[in-house]
Amino acid sequence: MLKYLVRRLIFLFISIFLASISLFVLLRLLPGDPANALLSVGATPEQIAAARHSVGTDLPMPTQFGKWLGQLFTLHFGNSLIGGYPVGPEIFSRLSITVPLTLSAFLLAVLIAIPLGFVAAYKARTWYGASLNAVSQLGIAIPVFWVGVLLIFGFALRLMILPAGGFPIDGWSNFGEAVKSLILPVCTISLVMSASLIRYVRSATLDVLGSDYIRTSRALGSSFITAMWRHGLRNAAAPVISILGIELATTFVGAVVVESVFDLPGLGSLLVKAISQRDYPVVQGVLFASTVAVLFIGFLADLTQRILDPRLSKSLTGVSL
Amino acid sequence: MKSTKARASVPLIVGLTFVGILAVTALISYFWLPYKLQDMSGGRLSSPSLTHLLGTDKLGRDLLSRIMLGARIALTVGFTSVCIGAIVGVTFGVLAGFAQRWLDESLASVLDILIAFPTLLLAMLIVAGRGSSLASVIVAIGLGMSAIVARLTRLLVKRVLNQDFITASRASGTTWPRIVAIHILPNIWPTLLVNLALQFGLAGLTEASLSYLGLGTPPPNASWGSLLQEAQATVLVAPLAAIAPGVCLIALVIGVNLIADGLRGIGDPTLRSGK
Repeated sequence: MLKYLVRRLIFLFISIFLASISLFVLLRLLPGDPANALLSVGATPEQIAAARHSVGTDLPMPTQFGKWLGQLFTLHFGNSLIGGYPVGPEIFSRLSITVPLTLSAFLLAVLIAIPLGFVAAYKARTWYGASLNAVSQLGIAIPVFWVGVLLIFGFALRLMILPAGGFPIDGWSNFGEAVKSLILPVCTISLVMSASLIRYVRSATLDVLGSDYIRTSRALGSSFITAMWRHGLRNAAAPVISILGIELATTFVGAVVVESVFDLPGLGSLLVKAISQRDYPVVQGVLFASTVAVLFIGFLADLTQRILDPRLSKSLTGVSL
Repeated sequence: MKSTKARASVPLIVGLTFVGILAVTALISYFWLPYKLQDMSGGRLSSPSLTHLLGTDKLGRDLLSRIMLGARIALTVGFTSVCIGAIVGVTFGVLAGFAQRWLDESLASVLDILIAFPTLLLAMLIVAGRGSSLASVIVAIGLGMSAIVARLTRLLVKRVLNQDFITASRASGTTWPRIVAIHILPNIWPTLLVNLALQFGLAGLTEASLSYLGLGTPPPNASWGSLLQEAQATVLVAPLAAIAPGVCLIALVIGVNLIADGLRGIGDPTLRSGK
């Protein structure tokens, strides 16, 4: 296990390094100078040179890359081209919305999906088992922002019981209002997320229910609940957890969209605004932070899966199809 | 192999109907639209009527015309990004399938990282680098998809390569490229096709998300995602504008998923009578 942990950690660092290179390549080597964001139409060559100097794109590529790596390790991503604020602290302050949003939506989705997925498998031959399955099929086809718009329409504009968007200006110190403004976003994400989770839980449970070890355990006299608790749970959990890792990453990205729907000042809306303003330091910083988060989630998912299912082969990552 | 008659299943027919209607709508939009895209004569946010079947948007543009154009964009993005994903993904997947030992292990790990990386984030990265345009969106979605396709192809190729008929074919002097052409590709394409159909739907969803965020196809082109974004502000007055594009998008995604289900049933006869 320790050996695996070390190998997986090394792998995590290599992948973060590779990700930072790809970020640099995609953002810098592609046509279009980030300094253009500072310039208006018809800028003189002197103005262009000054802008490139202040952004740092006049330096040779290897120097720029060295600077970029240095910024990453010190977690100082430079200053915003538009707002002038330092990017690192801004990202951290935005996380105070994105992280609670992602985690509570994820937890809610898991709490919805595990019982429903189990019922959909255990009662697969009944009408409600089948309709659960059908509804979850429908769920993967629904765009998350559309659910957001419909929830706003229903609960904020028609019933007027929850805010349509925004976040209290004094942030989490106004706890009640802050929670209220996160209810609809959380529901939006977890509704969509649980639909796809139900399908995975259902198929994992179907596999376990049809397995020899459950039948043997039942034949040896254990009740259905004991057999499922002792043998079924662990076996069903392993594939589900590898999916959960990917789903958590997807939730995080779903938060990007949903933050824009509900006008929440989180990481996602920062990214969207920065991309449309071509504010490179901010784009780089947010994308790097998100990438690290995604890779780290994958790391945690692999570890958990390994602890639950020691039989797993030598392969480094445990993503199953 | 015993020749099995490919019977069309119910999901396949329903799926083809959904996608077919949207495809015909998109084709018609090339020749005829109820109103031109710039035509703002309809009055702002008018309700559905005989002149404007789905009503108009806040600039007085006919919603039906814009949705028809949206169908064109959704299908174009889906089709071209699936082509990119298939070409890049299958090529890399086949090559990775032949890799051995450490090279194989590292390629597998790289593919695992790539598929854990959400397509939407990758797409935002590419749009950030290249500016938002239809081409950026297609390239981004296609590349994101190719990792998934490559990973699947690699697994499928490995499975085929372990079969005895490959050894037999090698022993009788068949070259590797020929083995790929006559043994591997014919054996893996049914599974790949099902997966590509699913990817088509996901591509539509990603494109809509990007457009919703204002990072997709630039205006005046109306993607369903940007239609939804515009409709959000006026949802109380004109709810249909917020509902119709969403329904079209869902119909497209469900349609291709049903087609995938149907194809899976045809490609794998064992599934036909099962669950």
